[in-house]
Amino acid sequence: MDLLLGAVVLGVLLGCFYAAVSVGLSVSFGLLDVPHVAHPAFLVLASYGVYQLNESYDIDPLLAGLAITPLFFLFGLLAYRIYYETFERRGSDAAVRGIAFFFGIAFIIEVLIILQFGVDQRSVSATYIGKSWRFGEFRIPIRQLVAFAVALALTVLLAVYLSKTFMGRAIRAVAQDEEALRLMGANPVRIKQFAFGIATAVLGIAGALLIIVAPVEPTLDRAYIGRTFCVVVMAGLGSISGTLIAAIILGVAESIVLTLFGASWAPAISFAMLLGVLAVRPQGLLGR
Amino acid sequence: MKRRTFLGGAMAVAVVGHGSSALAQQPPIKIGMSMPQTGGLAGGGKASLLGIEIWRDDVNAKGGLLGRKVELVVYDDKSSASETPAIYAKLVDVDKVDLLFAPYATVPTAPIMPFVKQRGLLLMGNFSFQVNSKVGHDMWFNNAPWGPADSWAASFLDLAQKAGGKNMALLTADQEFAQNLALTARDVAKKRNIPIVFDQVYPPNTVEFSSIIRALKAAKPDIVYVASYPPDSAGILRAVNEIGIGDSVKIFGGGMVGLQFAAVMSNLGSLLNGVVNYNTWLPEKSMYFDGTKEFFDKYTKRAVEAKVDPLGYYLAPFGYAMGQMIEAAVGATKSLDQKGIAKYLRENEHKTIVGPIAFSADGERKETATLQAQFRGVKDKDIEQFRSSGKQVILFPDKLKTGELIAPFEAARN
Repeated sequence: MDLLLGAVVLGVLLGCFYAAVSVGLSVSFGLLDVPHVAHPAFLVLASYGVYQLNESYDIDPLLAGLAITPLFFLFGLLAYRIYYETFERRGSDAAVRGIAFFFGIAFIIEVLIILQFGVDQRSVSATYIGKSWRFGEFRIPIRQLVAFAVALALTVLLAVYLSKTFMGRAIRAVAQDEEALRLMGANPVRIKQFAFGIATAVLGIAGALLIIVAPVEPTLDRAYIGRTFCVVVMAGLGSISGTLIAAIILGVAESIVLTLFGASWAPAISFAMLLGVLAVRPQGLLGR
Repeated sequence: MKRRTFLGGAMAVAVVGHGSSALAQQPPIKIGMSMPQTGGLAGGGKASLLGIEIWRDDVNAKGGLLGRKVELVVYDDKSSASETPAIYAKLVDVDKVDLLFAPYATVPTAPIMPFVKQRGLLLMGNFSFQVNSKVGHDMWFNNAPWGPADSWAASFLDLAQKAGGKNMALLTADQEFAQNLALTARDVAKKRNIPIVFDQVYPPNTVEFSSIIRALKAAKPDIVYVASYPPDSAGILRAVNEIGIGDSVKIFGGGMVGLQFAAVMSNLGSLLNGVVNYNTWLPEKSMYFDGTKEFFDKYTKRAVEAKVDPLGYYLAPFGYAMGQMIEAAVGATKSLDQKGIAKYLRENEHKTIVGPIAFSADGERKETATLQAQFRGVKDKDIEQFRSSGKQVILFPDKLKTGELIAPFEAARN
């Protein structure tokens, strides 16, 4: 019973972390229909940015993540503009060709990281890494509590931004009916570009959480492609609160399987749950 | 089509650029190999290659082999088993190399074993584990100190049983190398009637180990044998530090890959204390032989420029030793006849910078020289500390031993 309870608690923490690394994809892929397979590569790049600031200036990883957020916003604007000019503007099969474009970007990022930092894994130091919070016999890693709190705040803030602000509603509108937005005099491309910038900026913080939770290495993005897309599709495309719920379900399921049934089964869980959810609700948990 | 594949996969051809004019008049002796320079094995591959390059420069400075300079032909195999068969076919049929070195590690080496056996080619192995056990190629010679297949697990369990360990937990990565280790550990445990109270295989890409360590702790094992890969080794040790492993554990570690590399050791710092893990070379007084110090002086300088592991203990000196063995064999047989070189390698003991090496019939070491060492007094964020003796005390083998095991695990962590 203790083991099960512990697995659930650790699973919720892990799930919130999964939400943080997936929420940007929920905007770029879920809302904007951009086949952003380079999302995890952007995430790993952000982790290396955080590593550099932490190593060189001894800045706390979370503050470092916050510091690189504006840069990632600009990076997102640029990446979308290139994608739009070279693919989206030119035709209906943009999505298929876009996948090749983003795969290319992911490989370029991987190689650039290797050239700059080498192939060894890197990690950051902070007072909350490597320690745990005791509850009698039960211990929770503090780095996971930090990741949980920041991930929760990040997801809620993004959900509020998209539902309560003018720009947020414009982003939702462009996802629903681009033509209608154009008829009202708004430029949907600029709104999508801005939204892609937001989706990329979020990765500054998510990248900090990634390197807080575990060391990173240049090819780590490959481990997250499946998980992040699984969370976003299971959530219902574009649903931020759905992303949080789907990520927590996934985290708890993985944790229970790891603890009670054997680690070998854990990777199958994400996709088995995805298939299960899509069979019952093809639009995802909170999709419309 | 095939040609395109391997040409596309090739990244670098390293060529020696200097030598005396006498050397320059004769065609060079070409030694061909693939080496992981990108992908998961790149950290080790680059360090191994630097060790081989230092040997190449040393041997050329002494006049080369048979009066000809030595040239390395190297391709990046991207740490992938699917790349190496085409690369080695090209090395033999297009580049016409005189001798072959294997790439670093088991996974890229395994698929070229049938090829070299079929062609009757000598292959100097580079830290593979048990790749020749089923192929049975009589011209394979592994530079790694592993020795007989079960000696690795046996040495760890010897230490564990002496410390009072009576049951065992096994935590292993779902990878070829780790599973080979796990297999031998299960066999040795069965022979010694050591019950296995926890046996889990975790998949690659496991992000968080807290749940697994909680389950392992609940099994209350005395001995914890871990066979993990670099990204996971760090995650496992972090989780052990945070969740705790229990007072029952006498000894922890065994086959954790990654704890031999400077970046990982520096990242983990004090979390390493108490862990007993395998290694191949350590800066302890029992490990210095003719040329060892000179090799590390050169390696330390060149590692900075090459952006490779600044310590280079794990692979680099064995890359150099591989060259030394070829140098001795070619010198003694005065030819490049591969059968003759293989015969010499099989029948003689070879002096190298990592100590004397003698091979058994399967091309592995006659006796294991794989170290089991315990981390002690390690501080956080300090790579330089690992250059001094005492940070990893050698517990096995007896002839290289520099200290005794501190047990239980929790007592050794302080």
